[in-house]
Amino acid sequence: MNDSKSPRNRVAAHIRELPKSGIRDFFELVMSMDDIISLGVGEPDFVTPWGIREATIYSLEKGHTSYTSNLGLLSLRQQACEYVRKDFGVSYDAESECIVTVGVSEGLDLILRAILEVGDEVVYHEPCYVSYPACIKMAQAKPLPLVTTEEDGFSLDPAKLKSTLTDRTKVLLLNFPNNPTGANLSRDQKKEIAEIAVAHDLIVITDEIYAELTYGERSPSIAAFPGMKERTVFLHGFSKAFAMTGFRIGYACGPSDLIDAMMKIHQYSMLCASIMGQEAAKEALKNGRRDMESMKSAYLTRRNMIVKRLNNIGLPCVNPEGAFYVYPNISSTGLSSQEFATRLLKEERVAVVPGTAFSQEGEKHVRCAYAVSTSDLETALDRIKGFVERVRSENKTSPGFRKHKKDKVAIAN
Amino acid sequence: MKSDNIEKVLGLLQQNARLTSEQLSERLAISVDEVDAIIVECEKTSVIRGYYTLVNEDNFDRQRVRAVIDVAVEPERDGGFDRIARNIAKFSEVTDVLLVSGNFDISLIVVGDSLQDVANFVSSKLAPLRGVRSTRTHFMLKKYKEAGFTFEDDEDYERLKITP
Repeated sequence: MNDSKSPRNRVAAHIRELPKSGIRDFFELVMSMDDIISLGVGEPDFVTPWGIREATIYSLEKGHTSYTSNLGLLSLRQQACEYVRKDFGVSYDAESECIVTVGVSEGLDLILRAILEVGDEVVYHEPCYVSYPACIKMAQAKPLPLVTTEEDGFSLDPAKLKSTLTDRTKVLLLNFPNNPTGANLSRDQKKEIAEIAVAHDLIVITDEIYAELTYGERSPSIAAFPGMKERTVFLHGFSKAFAMTGFRIGYACGPSDLIDAMMKIHQYSMLCASIMGQEAAKEALKNGRRDMESMKSAYLTRRNMIVKRLNNIGLPCVNPEGAFYVYPNISSTGLSSQEFATRLLKEERVAVVPGTAFSQEGEKHVRCAYAVSTSDLETALDRIKGFVERVRSENKTSPGFRKHKKDKVAIAN
Repeated sequence: MKSDNIEKVLGLLQQNARLTSEQLSERLAISVDEVDAIIVECEKTSVIRGYYTLVNEDNFDRQRVRAVIDVAVEPERDGGFDRIARNIAKFSEVTDVLLVSGNFDISLIVVGDSLQDVANFVSSKLAPLRGVRSTRTHFMLKKYKEAGFTFEDDEDYERLKITP
């Protein structure tokens, strides 16, 4: 048989080369188990506030079931731009500088495909959301990971950024507050990063999906800093702040030439985001703030709980300044992140995500999402405590134990 | 004692009055001593008026009869509706008393062991009070929500167990 026609080669080279997620087996193991407490879910545990659901039902009753403009409902874009102006400190023209997307995921894919050519480099920080390096590769560009460290509070050190850039670096991709670490950027860091972006003529993509869930001082978007608006694409959406993951609505704001380029891809590939989701998003912006604030304060109490307990258990963690994740260091248990997560799941029925899902350097960490009820969180933390104590006593009594245990629970990759 | 900490303690206690000082301290990232001081101060100044348990009598065999009663009252030269509202509140059968706007002046909730019990209260205790012009009694058939808590659980909807 001609090799070029064999099934393996039907897949395009740049897709074939995308790494399979290293934790796919772990995900499947979690999916196969019942009656677990999962701290592995990257979405709010709240149902979408009733006011938003009710408005969506009403829009269906009125028969709003058609396509919308490719860019999205103008009324939604107007509301979104007003929201961004007030809450993020940067003004956009709703008609030419804003596009409604199917979640931030689509927005990210659109902007990367719109601006990248073969050989271009994108600097992004790791640990990060799992799709970043893959999306960069799908746009046929080269991902340039910049590892953020515990010592820096998982924030982006401007000096390290500077030294990572090369002549081929075209884009800087930011995600603060960050999934999986909960880290944020201070105003000063944003200012320094902005200066570097201007000096190196970078396009900055800022994924601010967790912005509302900022627990300390909330500074303006990096797009609001001098010289930045014309080079920044601001990505945002409704999934996290308004507990609307299933509605799949996001938006991008940026210079009109870039929004226009994104629109070209979007109109041919997606046509438009669902009108039901867009109607829901309008209601969220109109009347959702109270619900959003009350969900945020619930996340904050849980964050306080989980951070204190994990530190007490001896799994030190950087205090997350946003989002609903904490990224404890588990190296004191002597287990790798996959071992830790697999044993915790099997022995205590608690799911966390191994740090290796988010970074090649994630071996010392796991991600715990605290988007669960306080009672589940209490139980999960009690179980983690019991687990860690057991692992430590095993390590004491049998120095060779770890190796043995590793073999026993190793999961095929 | 920071006023936003007071608000935070009260907010959590309103959702669950059984939280211990240690739990409150952990969730709010303030010291146990400060939590205790806030609670003592709030009790002393009557900001916290009491702690009670929300019981869903539908799931309990001792169901009692409740009625919401609107009362029209002749206001008094000194004190308006206060004297009569306070006197109504003194009856042990009455659990809630509110001064309201609209066609009636006072709304109250009465609890009794039977329909007859409540009816007797209205005819022999409430209606004859000096100043009461008229009453309108609504017997409560079912409770759906009280103090922010719904009385029926939503159907469980299973989220994905793990997502990036």
